[in-house]
Amino acid sequence: MPKPAPDTSAEMRRPDPDALLARAQAAHLREHRAKLKVFFGFAPGVGKTFRMLQVARDVAALGTEVLVGTLETHGRAETARLLDGLTVLPRQEIPYGNTVLAEFDLDAALKAHPKVLLVDELAHSNAPGARHAKRWQDVLELLEAGIDVYTTLNVQHVESLNDVVAQITHVQVRETVPDSILERADEIELVDISADELLARLRAGKVYLPEQAVRAAQHFFQRGNLLALRELALRRTAERVDADVLAQRADEGVESPWRTTERILVCVGPAPASARLVRTARRLATGLHAPWFAAFVESPLHPHSAENRQRLDAHLRLVETLGGTVVRLAGVQVSSALLDYARKNNVTRIVIGKPTHSRLRDFVRGSLLDEVVRGSGDIDLHVISADETAPAAPQGPPAASPAPSGPYGFALAAVAAATGLAWLGRGALPAPDTVMLYLLSIMAVAVRTSQGPSILAAALSVAAYDFFFVPPFFTFSVSDARHLLTFATMFVVGVAMSTLMVRTRRQEQDAREREARTSSLFALSRDLSGARDEAAVTAVLCGHVASAFDCAVRVVARDSAQWRTLAQTGPWLTDSSDDGVLRWVVEHGREAGLGTETLPGSRALCLPIPVAEGNRTALAILPPGGRALDSQALASLRTYMAQGALALERARLAGVVSAVELRARTEEMRSSLLSAVSHDLRTPLAAITGAATTLRDDGQALQPSERADLVEAICEEADRLERLVVNLLDMTRLASGQMRVKREWVPLEEMVGSALTRLETQLGKRDIHLRIPPRLPMLHVDPLLFEQVLVNLLENAIKYTPPDSALEILAEEKPTGIVLLVADHGPGLDPALGAHVFDKFVRGQHTGIGGVGLGLAICKGILDAHGGDIIALTTPGGGATFRLELPLTPGPSAISDEAPPP
Amino acid sequence: MTTTDPLSPLVLIVEDEPQMRRFLRTSLGAHGYRVLEAGTAAEAVMLTTSHNPAILLMDLGLPDGDGITVTRTLRDWTQVPIVVISARGREDDKVEALDAGADDYLTKPFGVKELLARMRVALRHAAPEAPEQELVFGALRVDLSRRLVTRDGVEIHLTPIEYKMLTLLARHAGKVLTHRQILKEIWGANAVEQPHYVRVHMAELRKKVEQDAARPEWLLTEPAVGYRMREP
Repeated sequence: MPKPAPDTSAEMRRPDPDALLARAQAAHLREHRAKLKVFFGFAPGVGKTFRMLQVARDVAALGTEVLVGTLETHGRAETARLLDGLTVLPRQEIPYGNTVLAEFDLDAALKAHPKVLLVDELAHSNAPGARHAKRWQDVLELLEAGIDVYTTLNVQHVESLNDVVAQITHVQVRETVPDSILERADEIELVDISADELLARLRAGKVYLPEQAVRAAQHFFQRGNLLALRELALRRTAERVDADVLAQRADEGVESPWRTTERILVCVGPAPASARLVRTARRLATGLHAPWFAAFVESPLHPHSAENRQRLDAHLRLVETLGGTVVRLAGVQVSSALLDYARKNNVTRIVIGKPTHSRLRDFVRGSLLDEVVRGSGDIDLHVISADETAPAAPQGPPAASPAPSGPYGFALAAVAAATGLAWLGRGALPAPDTVMLYLLSIMAVAVRTSQGPSILAAALSVAAYDFFFVPPFFTFSVSDARHLLTFATMFVVGVAMSTLMVRTRRQEQDAREREARTSSLFALSRDLSGARDEAAVTAVLCGHVASAFDCAVRVVARDSAQWRTLAQTGPWLTDSSDDGVLRWVVEHGREAGLGTETLPGSRALCLPIPVAEGNRTALAILPPGGRALDSQALASLRTYMAQGALALERARLAGVVSAVELRARTEEMRSSLLSAVSHDLRTPLAAITGAATTLRDDGQALQPSERADLVEAICEEADRLERLVVNLLDMTRLASGQMRVKREWVPLEEMVGSALTRLETQLGKRDIHLRIPPRLPMLHVDPLLFEQVLVNLLENAIKYTPPDSALEILAEEKPTGIVLLVADHGPGLDPALGAHVFDKFVRGQHTGIGGVGLGLAICKGILDAHGGDIIALTTPGGGATFRLELPLTPGPSAISDEAPPP
Repeated sequence: MTTTDPLSPLVLIVEDEPQMRRFLRTSLGAHGYRVLEAGTAAEAVMLTTSHNPAILLMDLGLPDGDGITVTRTLRDWTQVPIVVISARGREDDKVEALDAGADDYLTKPFGVKELLARMRVALRHAAPEAPEQELVFGALRVDLSRRLVTRDGVEIHLTPIEYKMLTLLARHAGKVLTHRQILKEIWGANAVEQPHYVRVHMAELRKKVEQDAARPEWLLTEPAVGYRMREP
């Protein structure tokens, strides 16, 4: 592997400012996040709890609030004495079967929120019914809540050391703690005594051992074991100290003695030995400070059985627990898929297992190890022996597979049928045809059932053929040695055929499943791409998940402190515990509920929808029958979540974009408004000021008629100013969406009448032709706003047409709504303006006519607010016509001519 | 400008804008009113108690409360006519003030002529008047004693509701009546949320009474507030 050239230039050694800043931030974060202190020992009885209490007392003496969350004194007087003066949190009682288990009360601890909480025995498994399956998960939640935690841990409980410890002591420890939590620890204090001293304490009865574990413990507490364990604990702590020193040096800008460019790839499969490979890779990676990946290859030639898949899943989960990255590869040839990935990703070391199968299989299928060795080039290979005695991973219940009698019965029947047929035609059929009949029956069995019954059918066929059709008849002895070849061929052909058949069928089934997954994902992404906002996205996601997994689905989100149900399908039986799970998931961004390690007692399975920021969203499903999802379904559900998150993100961004657009439009509007104010408002103001100052300064010199003229000018201009202000105000309210439409049932005549009254002086002697059908339904509109529309339209007509030309107002009831026409016979609208007449600040090209160009924009805004429409047309014979249409609404309650009933 | 006569009516102007007060003071003084000014709601109540004005002109937006509350407070113990002044677009406030007991309203900006007319009507309706037998609006005559409505001497047939509505508005000629007030008066307290009753009957009434129902001469619409019979 190529080593990076050592960089000696002073320039390069100077710490990068960005990196320094990042480190400062990280240090700040470290300082402010809750601290985890682990008292680490190599065996029970070394005094971890004792030491923890001592430290806690010291801290408490300094005035820090210390609470004992859970602690076992195991009846040791010295330990109990240390508890004096410390507050102990009462345990929570969890009913379990006929007994009641006293457990650590996480919620009470969170509520008490002390500065420091003591939680003994990090590796403890919680009683069923507790929120988390493991105590270390409780601790993580406590840390997240900002509580410092002191805890104790023995070396044999560290996940990555688990198998090493098992090898040393021959005791398999089931309760493990992921290494990540040790890495999360801000401080690890090793509590150490010598092995001999521990043994002395054991003999003195100072080490507590549970009754049932005494024998195992005796095995455990052997001097050799203890020495090895102690070494392991010391080494683990030393590694940590080493890492701390390195981090410190990096922080100070000291160039690290070597820079890692190592990348480790471990090949995992369903074989039980893979767990060991994973742990080895993890140790190697930690030692080298290298990132590590676990790859498994899905080959269409060797599909995994359900049982294997379960084991494989367990291994992949282990990888994730240990902090590795899982890589799923697909390829016909396992070795080439692995090597391809390794090369592309600059992997420097591959960890692979030693083969345990026979050489014959290698001969038939080719040896993976050989192929990898040959193709690995400059990649280092670590070949790890597979320990066949290692117990299978404890995850998952043992797959109960009662031998199905059906298929075997079918095999028996098929062979019997073939025998019967051959027997009936034994005179006519030549021997090869009889063999063919048997092959046919084997094939039928292979098509209908699995490999086992097929092999049985092949064996039975051979036996039956021999018994019935090979002389001497009705015995299994064979007179002619040639028949032996027939038997062998028959058996081999039968077995080969059935193997092929079974494999083909499994491949077909796999392909079908894959296709179903792909097509459902495709459908999801297609529908999601059509969803524009959060509500639509979640509704689509909800619908797809519900149909793909056949379950009830619910999506909730939290914005600041508000909970919202975004979408929901099916009969969602609200249950407060389900809501609790959802809340937990949203708050922590991790999966929980049925089939997970957190709140597994819940009926619902909840997954976070991992959006980048803003509100936090989670989805819950209620699987039918309360069965947990299998790993494949879960993986595909996660894919759904990822897709949903992308779509949500997109919807959010789209929202941001439209907000930006809105701001831009508002800005544009504001500048138009400013120019309008500066010009159009100033014109009448100038006239008023001019006239008023003339009257004030030269009033006496003017003729009475001239004075009256000036006064009139002031009044007119003030009126105009008032109209402008009204229009500007209306427009602003319309544009800002503050216009409240207060609908009432109003006859059109009344509004036309009051509009005409308002314009009385401006209309003068003009002819108004009004045609309103007598039975026209009332309009359901805001009377004030609708009158404003009429006033604006009429004012426009008055402004732009000669004083003697007539105006027309026509109303008509159409099936679609009520149509109102306001027509004039003036010069008509500027054709260049087109539909822009309704835009803001657009005015016709007529000089000397005042206005801001808002009247029609306001009309349009008001009509829009009523769900109606307004368009500009040309009056037959010349002039402008505005056509208003309002949708018909069901009429108001009947009006009696007499008083309504009280 | 005429000199103020100690017997001329006293107007209390409740308005926080000095420029508005200046305009009102000058023009009302010129028309022979005595003027008292209040800038806040509290001052308005105090001055009404101490000076017993003949009429109040009240702006609805006051720094220490709104005119509606003042109107309600005053209506507990005095029937002094109150004309409220408010900006356009605050129709809800106007209706509320009228329903709370104000006599009329003016929309800013307004002319002196309009102001004086409103005040005159309010003052007249406040004074106890002998019930008239016949009300005359141009060619339109309403004979209350004979329940007869004629136009140019020709009898107009009205339904009982139309007649009630016409006489209600005619008796309060010049004064605005809200939809709610009309509904309560004619249909009773249960119908006050049904303004379209009034509208429908008003449309019919106009067709019978007015020469051109689309451009009414006497039965005027006060948009979003109610109706007003023009003063003869």
